[in-house]
Amino acid sequence: MNTEFLKGEHFVQGNIACAEGAIVAGCRFFAGYPITPSTEIGEHMAERLPKLGGVFVQFEDEIASIAAILGASWAGVKSMTATSGPGFSLMNENIGLGAMMEVPCVVVNIQRGGPSTGLPTMEGQADVMQARWGSHGDYEIIAVSPNSPQEIFDLTIEAFNLSEQYRVPTIVLSDAAVGHMTEKVKFRTPEEVKITPRRYTTLKPGDYLPHKPDSDLVPPIIKAGDGYRIHTTGLTHDERGYPVMKEEAQGRLVRRLVNKIRKNANKIIRVEEIDTHNADVVVISYGITSRIVWSGIELSKRKGIKVGYLRLITIWPFPEAMVRELSNHITGFVVVEMNLGQIFYEVERCSAVKTLLVPHAGGGFHKPEEISQAIEEVAKKRK
Amino acid sequence: MNHPMDHLLRTDRLPHIWCPGCGIGTIVSCCIRAIEESGIPEEQFVTVSGIGCTSRAPGYINLDSFHTTHGRAIPFATGLKLANSRLKVFILAGDGDLFAIGGNHIIHAARRNVELVVICVNNFIYGMTGGQVAPTTPVGGITSTSPYGNFEHPFNLVYLTAAAGAVYVARWTTLHVHQLKRAIGEAFNKRGFSFIEVISPCPTEYGRKNRKARGIDIMKYFKEKSVIKRDIDLSTGSFGKLTDIKLDGEIVCGKFVDIERPTYLDKLEELKTVVSISLK
Repeated sequence: MNTEFLKGEHFVQGNIACAEGAIVAGCRFFAGYPITPSTEIGEHMAERLPKLGGVFVQFEDEIASIAAILGASWAGVKSMTATSGPGFSLMNENIGLGAMMEVPCVVVNIQRGGPSTGLPTMEGQADVMQARWGSHGDYEIIAVSPNSPQEIFDLTIEAFNLSEQYRVPTIVLSDAAVGHMTEKVKFRTPEEVKITPRRYTTLKPGDYLPHKPDSDLVPPIIKAGDGYRIHTTGLTHDERGYPVMKEEAQGRLVRRLVNKIRKNANKIIRVEEIDTHNADVVVISYGITSRIVWSGIELSKRKGIKVGYLRLITIWPFPEAMVRELSNHITGFVVVEMNLGQIFYEVERCSAVKTLLVPHAGGGFHKPEEISQAIEEVAKKRK
Repeated sequence: MNHPMDHLLRTDRLPHIWCPGCGIGTIVSCCIRAIEESGIPEEQFVTVSGIGCTSRAPGYINLDSFHTTHGRAIPFATGLKLANSRLKVFILAGDGDLFAIGGNHIIHAARRNVELVVICVNNFIYGMTGGQVAPTTPVGGITSTSPYGNFEHPFNLVYLTAAAGAVYVARWTTLHVHQLKRAIGEAFNKRGFSFIEVISPCPTEYGRKNRKARGIDIMKYFKEKSVIKRDIDLSTGSFGKLTDIKLDGEIVCGKFVDIERPTYLDKLEELKTVVSISLK
C-alpha cells in the first residue's frame, strides 16, 4: 500500500473500509484495545497511521483508549477508537466526559450479540440505547448506522464531520455483519469528499471562553499549547470551564449540551426513504437489518400491500418529526431490528398508529416471512 | 497586592477548596516555581488531573488544564503528548486516583516510557470522599472503611513505578519544598516517564483518625521521621523494601531513579522512519 489514500474500487472488509474512511476524514490518532469483531480496524490503523505520520497506540484497555483520544483531540488531532459491545460499555464514562468537555472524536462500535460477553463473533444491534445514554446523566450524542462496507467508509467520514461541526463524540454504530462483510467499496480521496474543518476560535487568548457557544449553540475550540490557557472539566461548569456547583449552572449547561443536537437535528438527520408517501405500511430498520427487510417487503408487495421503507442512517438524533408526520397517513409501522425492542419504543412514542416490532436476539438474521407476516398484520388494520 | 506567582494562578478562582493544613497548595506552589525556573515557555505546559482533592489543582493553575475522570488522567495526558510532542504534560493526582482506579494506566505509561511528569500527592487516604482506605494506607492506619485498622498491604509507590520502568523516580514530603521544586524541575527536563511522590498532610481525614489532627503535627512527624537517602538506586531493584512506609515509621526520601532509555515518541519516530524508507 504505497499511496497515501486508496483510490478506485477495492473488494474489502467493512472494518477496513471504516479505517480508510477515518484516514480520509483526517484521523491521525487511533487508540484502541483489541476486541472481536472490531479488531481489524485497529490492526489496519496500526499499519496505515505510521506511514501517514499519525499515531496508533494499543492501550491497556478500552477506558485508556477513549481517554487518550479525548486528550489527542484537545491537542488538535482528529482521533478515533473502535470497539465492540463489552469495550463500548467500558468507554461510556469517558464518552460522557467527551460530551461534557465537548470534544470532537469518533467511537466505532462494531456491535455483537450481548449482554455481557454474548456472541463475540456474531452480529447484534442491541447497543442502540447504550449508544445514546450509556453514560450517566443527560446528554445527546450523534450515532450513524451503516449497512454496507461502502457506507461504513462514507459514514465514518460523515461521523468525523458531524463530530467537528457539533463538538460532540460521534458514534459509528455498526455490527459484526457489516464489519466482517467483504464487498466492493469505491474509495474517495479527501479532495473528493466534504471534510468539515475543526471550528477553531478566531478570538485571542483572554477573549476566548472554551464553552461559550455561537448562535448554533456550539462553541469554537482551541488547541492545547496555543496559549489560550483554558480550563475544562467533567464537572458542571460555566462558559469559562470553571466548576460551578449550582442548579442554574447545571440547567444552563445540560440544556445547551442537549439542545445543540436537538435544535440542529434537522441538519444532522439522514434517512433513506422509498415509497413511504404512497404506503399503507412503513417498515423501519437500520444497519444490516435494513438489507434483510427487502425480502420481507417483496413478499408483501406480491400480495398487493403498499409497503414503504424508511431506513435510519443517523439513528441519533432520532427522526421524530418525520415518523410523526408519516404516522398521519399510514396504517402502521413495522420496526425490524436485531434486539428485543429499542428503536421500536422510539417509533411507538411518535406514532399514532399500530406499530409492530419484529425482534431478533442477534446471532443470525430475521426470516423474510416474519417481516412479511408483520407487514400483513399491520395492513389488516386498514379494513 | 499581587503575589509574584499570580500569573500562573487563576486568581479569579481563589479561595481554593482545600482544608487548612492540607499539603496540596504547597505542591502547587512548587510546581509553578519549577515551571518558572525551567526556562521552558509557559504555554507549552499542559496539566491534567483525574478526580479527588489533588485533581482540583490544575483548575487553579493558569495553563491549559484538563480535569478528567477518576483514574484516567494518565491516558488522557498520553493522548495529548503523543498528538503534540511539543507539549510538556504534567499530571497532578492523588494516590487513590493513580494507584487504585488508575493503577493499570500508571504501570503501562511507565512501561512505555511516555514523556509525562506525574506528581502524586500521597496522603494515605481518600480525602474528597471522606477518608476511606487507600492502596497506600499503612498497615494499622484508621480510616472510615478500615475502622479497626488497615490490614491490607500498601503499595510502595516509588518501588512500583521504578519496577514498571519510570526513568525518574523521587519521593519528598511537603516539608522538603526546595528538594521537591528541584525534583519537579528535573522531571520537566527529563525525557521519559517521571514519577514524583509527595508525602502530604491530610489533617482533616487522615490526621484526625490517626492521632495527628493538626497540619502542624503532621509536618513535625515529617521532620522527625523523614530520612534522605542518596544511596538507594531503585533502578537496580535491590533496595525496594528500604523505601516502604509504615505507620509512624521512617519516610525515606530522595531521588531513587534517574536513568535514560528511549521514550515512546523516540520509538515512534524510529518506526516512522523505517516505514517511510520501506515505502521508497
